[in-house]
Amino acid sequence: MKILVPVKRVPDPATTIRVLADGSGIATDNVKWVINPFDEIAIEEALRIKEKQGAGEVILISIGQQTWQEQLRTGLAMGADRAILIRSETPLDTLAIARAIAKVATDEKPGIVMIGKQAIDDDSNQVGQMIAEMLGWPQATFASKVEIAGEKCTVVREADGGLETIAFPLPAVITTDLRLNEPRYASLPGIMKARKKPLAEIAVDSLGVDLAPKLKIKALNAPAKRQAGRKVASVDELVEVLHTEAKVI
Amino acid sequence: MGDVLVFAEHQGGHFPKTTLVAVNAGLEVARKRSGNCLAVIMGEGAENAAAEIAKFGVSKVIVLEDPRLEHHLADAAAQALASLIKSTGAETMLATATAMGKDLMPRLAARLNAPMASEIIAINDDGTFVRPMYAGNALATIELDGPVRVVTVRGTAFDAVKPTETAAPIEKVKAELDPASLKMEFVSFNEIKSDRPQLTEARIVVSGGRGLKSGENFKTVLEPLVDEMGAAMGASRAAVDAGFVPNDLQVGQTGKVVAPELYVAVGISGAIQHLAGMKDSKTIVAINKDEEAPIFSVADYGLVADLFKAVPEMVEAMKKIKH
Ligand SMILES: Cc1cc2nc3c(=O)[nH]c(=O)nc-3n(C[C@H](O)[C@H](O)[C@H](O)COP(=O)(O)OP(=O)(O)OC[C@H]3O[C@@H](n4cnc5c(N)ncnc54)[C@H](O)[C@@H]3O)c2cc1C
Repeated sequence: MKILVPVKRVPDPATTIRVLADGSGIATDNVKWVINPFDEIAIEEALRIKEKQGAGEVILISIGQQTWQEQLRTGLAMGADRAILIRSETPLDTLAIARAIAKVATDEKPGIVMIGKQAIDDDSNQVGQMIAEMLGWPQATFASKVEIAGEKCTVVREADGGLETIAFPLPAVITTDLRLNEPRYASLPGIMKARKKPLAEIAVDSLGVDLAPKLKIKALNAPAKRQAGRKVASVDELVEVLHTEAKVI
Repeated sequence: MGDVLVFAEHQGGHFPKTTLVAVNAGLEVARKRSGNCLAVIMGEGAENAAAEIAKFGVSKVIVLEDPRLEHHLADAAAQALASLIKSTGAETMLATATAMGKDLMPRLAARLNAPMASEIIAINDDGTFVRPMYAGNALATIELDGPVRVVTVRGTAFDAVKPTETAAPIEKVKAELDPASLKMEFVSFNEIKSDRPQLTEARIVVSGGRGLKSGENFKTVLEPLVDEMGAAMGASRAAVDAGFVPNDLQVGQTGKVVAPELYVAVGISGAIQHLAGMKDSKTIVAINKDEEAPIFSVADYGLVADLFKAVPEMVEAMKKIKH
């Protein structure tokens, strides 16, 4: 089975994010760029399915600039078979990204689009669900367990108040949550091999899908900073101030 | 007129606070767009729930009827809601960013070819919205273009709506579904039962982190404090990943966002991803043995101590002020 894994380039989760004074974006000096951690989980899951089935192909796809090749190479070093970089010099909104990926999925005909539940930069949590609708496929969001038997897939989802199990035929879109697996590191031989794996580039305009932005970011501001309070010396003092000063207990 | 359709999520007929928050946000959008605010409801127990939500200031409640909507599966729900948006001519579809809202709304947006803003925290007069990005380290002003738009609201950013004297009319509508395209099937729901207040509704939240070291210690050390304070229990990702507590207790950027009157972080270092889920709490307390832990930078009251000593002491001290 072919599995298509969309990959986003994001600031390392340990980065301290600073909004530029003019509100045009975030400061990117000193930012280390990585694969969105949820997409790493998606790559890992795709690789495990391929390994278990003993056949198949894991294809990575990104929509971004040339620099995004770095993250695709990292994914190839983890074990993915090939990658597609859809070149777009400007950022696109979630609908346009989903349309572009859905178009590639229509051409590549994967059994699964495996994608992170959210990107840790814009925190939108939209693209997987949008791709599913555009393709008319089932969706299993926030997956913590994926089981495939023939053409049928069963997924345990992290819902509010418990775990939901749903079943559906493939092809489908699965969005990955934190507890699904622990992604492997790229090995040294993996990194060597990745250099020779195919990485195709396509211009986003050549896909023939509507890219006009409908979501516009008008301004970006830094949030008000919370002031640190004070240290208390003992449990008794803590309970006392919570009772008499903060009046919360 | 910019009518708003609020997705009234319920659990077998009962409304969580997050739904009352959505109604309040829906009323605010409707006011600013000179439109009406309607509620839409589906699933098992929808009829009773409709009578309930009708008392909260909406101008109409629509019950979408079809047995295939019972479990809120995304393919069916998106179809039914999309046809309803078209037939009502509503401008804005709004839900709370719960697990269900996050699952359904983007699919609906794609079906409507409408842009979507996730987890908004403010509604501006000019029709734009404010939403956090980068784990809350940036606040973006968002404009959504087109005749229809979809938004989810952050449950902590708006108050719950208050009940009114009158009740809105209830209309039942047969859902429009194309059976051939429905492929998702509900298998089971493994509910995590708890007698404690819900994490997203509690006045006090006590959360534990990796510092607790085991699920057993959550039970014997942390839970007595949680219960003595009448609190909900939360956790860091590290505690959930280690299997100390169930996943739906995770507070943070990629878990639940809470803003109680009092948040007590025990054995939690305070990574940005955790802060993103609790830094709007009114009063924050941190108990950590490392005085350099970043959690202290947002805490109103910090106690540098070994939690295994401090937490049992706190249980005793709580008992004293109560009696
Ligand atoms: C993509 C992504 C998403 C994430 N999403 C979330 C999220 O939603 N929520 C979240 O919480 N995290 C999230 N994280 C993880 C986050 O980065 C941190 O790793 C996590 O919050 C750490 O949990 P912790 O504070 O319990 O553990 P640690 O960082 O290990 O901290 C444990 C703390 O306990 C203290 N301690 C130990 N023993 C004692 C003792 N005896 N007495 C007192 N104090 C003690 C230590 O001093 C330390 O400060 C995410 C990370 C990534 C990459």
